[in-house]
Amino acid sequence: MLVEDIMKRDVVTVEPTESIRLALLKVHQYRIRHLPVVLQGKLVGIISDRDVRDACPSIIGMPREDDEHVLNTPVSSIMRKDVICAHPLDFVEEAARALYDNRIGCLPVVVDDELKGIITETDILHTLVELMGVHYPSSHIEVEVDDRTGLLADVAEIFKEAKCNVTSVLVMPGKHLGKKNLVFRVQTIDPRHLVSKIEEAGYRIVWPRESEGLV
Amino acid sequence: MKIKTAFMYSDEYLTYFFNDDHPFNQKRLRMTMDLLRMMNLLDDSDIVPPRTATDDELALIHDRQYIDIVKECGHTQQEIAIAASFGLGTEDCPIFTNMHEATALAVGGTLLAAELVMSGEYRHAVNLAGGLHHGFRGRASGFCIYNDCSVAIAYLRQKYDARVLYIDTDAHHGDGVQWAFYDDPNVLTLSFHETGKYLFPGTGNITERGDGQGYGFSVNVPLDAFTEDESWLEAYQNVLPTVARGFKPDVILTQNGCDSHTFDPLTHLSASMRIYQEIPKLARELAEELCEGRLIATGGGGYDIWRVVPRAWSLLWAELSGQRITDNLSIPKAWIDKYQSESPVQLAPTLLDPEGLFPPIPRRAEIMTKNKNTIEKALLYCPRG
Repeated sequence: MLVEDIMKRDVVTVEPTESIRLALLKVHQYRIRHLPVVLQGKLVGIISDRDVRDACPSIIGMPREDDEHVLNTPVSSIMRKDVICAHPLDFVEEAARALYDNRIGCLPVVVDDELKGIITETDILHTLVELMGVHYPSSHIEVEVDDRTGLLADVAEIFKEAKCNVTSVLVMPGKHLGKKNLVFRVQTIDPRHLVSKIEEAGYRIVWPRESEGLV
Repeated sequence: MKIKTAFMYSDEYLTYFFNDDHPFNQKRLRMTMDLLRMMNLLDDSDIVPPRTATDDELALIHDRQYIDIVKECGHTQQEIAIAASFGLGTEDCPIFTNMHEATALAVGGTLLAAELVMSGEYRHAVNLAGGLHHGFRGRASGFCIYNDCSVAIAYLRQKYDARVLYIDTDAHHGDGVQWAFYDDPNVLTLSFHETGKYLFPGTGNITERGDGQGYGFSVNVPLDAFTEDESWLEAYQNVLPTVARGFKPDVILTQNGCDSHTFDPLTHLSASMRIYQEIPKLARELAEELCEGRLIATGGGGYDIWRVVPRAWSLLWAELSGQRITDNLSIPKAWIDKYQSESPVQLAPTLLDPEGLFPPIPRRAEIMTKNKNTIEKALLYCPRG
């Protein structure tokens, strides 16, 4: 999955000469946390809702003489120019890694400095929700296998033989050393004969299980 | 005092039959009826034969093209290539002869039950062949071809302009009915089920609350595996009266799947027969309080047909026909003699399960607090009274 598959293309931006007041309004109106600063389609900086608030007069205390002046200051005076960006063809996991490693909330997506879109931590979370979600009526089957070549294919073969459609697969690190857990969602209400086939083939079923005490 | 309640039944109900190895087996209807007769809880005069749902009635919910495919599948020996894309001919919903006729009769049973209750001729009506809550507009799923609950609700909306409260206590989420009325504020679907994290169909999350005008009118209470009676009933007895009084229905339709029992081979809620005593009691009380008793009860899941289904549905009928059972009555010897030889398991000697029959669940306290959180969240955006 690529950044261009999940990025937002309709980006709310400001120009460097526009005021902090306008930036504040946009952040509130669109309920967003990041505003790329764009000049003639090219990305020149970024400001976050916190940058804007830091620059704003305090809501506590008396109004001051230079409040108006502050709000009329162009955003170029507070924007950050060293922006960490993504490319539309980057993998989503690379973008996620960049957000995580740099402890930031968004990546403007650019090609040759030209702004094409934006990807935020919300988009990444949404993708995770979609990936782990349930989109067809299906049952959960979890199998523990040795961490070696070909076992996913071997277990998948059992579903194929049983003519059972698999709607999603996750391979997760196992709870035991040298093991992997395979999590399948399969299109059946009655997974019992699949479970017995998998057990016959010598794999350990993590779910479904009969009672709580056994595992 | 006995109440005038209809028991929809005909032997033709048993033609809804996939194959000998299939877990959905309507033999349970005959076993239930035998048990009720032998316990003197059911008279011939209570029985009303079902009618067949017309194509136009089915089309209130189902796509015409899907209805045509179901007919074709049931009337030919040849393989129909596109059947699988309608969920037909799968392990869950194999094709069988006259499958359209058999399912249209189950749907007609629920429709007639609705008519009898709405006309005032009967106080309540029970159609145990219904409750096929997984059926979608254009797709068979989870043992269900047509969705009698959805069709009956659409019929109640169209013919009587009634506000319908749908209560689903099957261990599986009532997905077909929920999606059919997801944006309709005049139909409130309330489903108590084992969490979809592990169990089919996977949906029924608390966050599925309806859409558009219907936001707040889909309510889901997904319970943890190994929930047991006490926590299950806590959820039911907290959520149902609140939602029902807030919604103020004109009629209540219940789906009474009885697959949450410890003995059920497909699920993990670990309940006992006690919940099947309590479920219809509260549903009936609320029908009396809120909608002049108008209550239509359907069947549903239930895959231990020997030890669970006949007992659970006998409790349902007894309650709805005004013959509430409070003592733990013995199962008549004649009934056990009739079915024990066929049964692969020892049949239960009493209507309720004795205390301490099942070993306690180690994580009980933890599961209860988790379910308490679920109850609170489920009630966040729905009508409340």
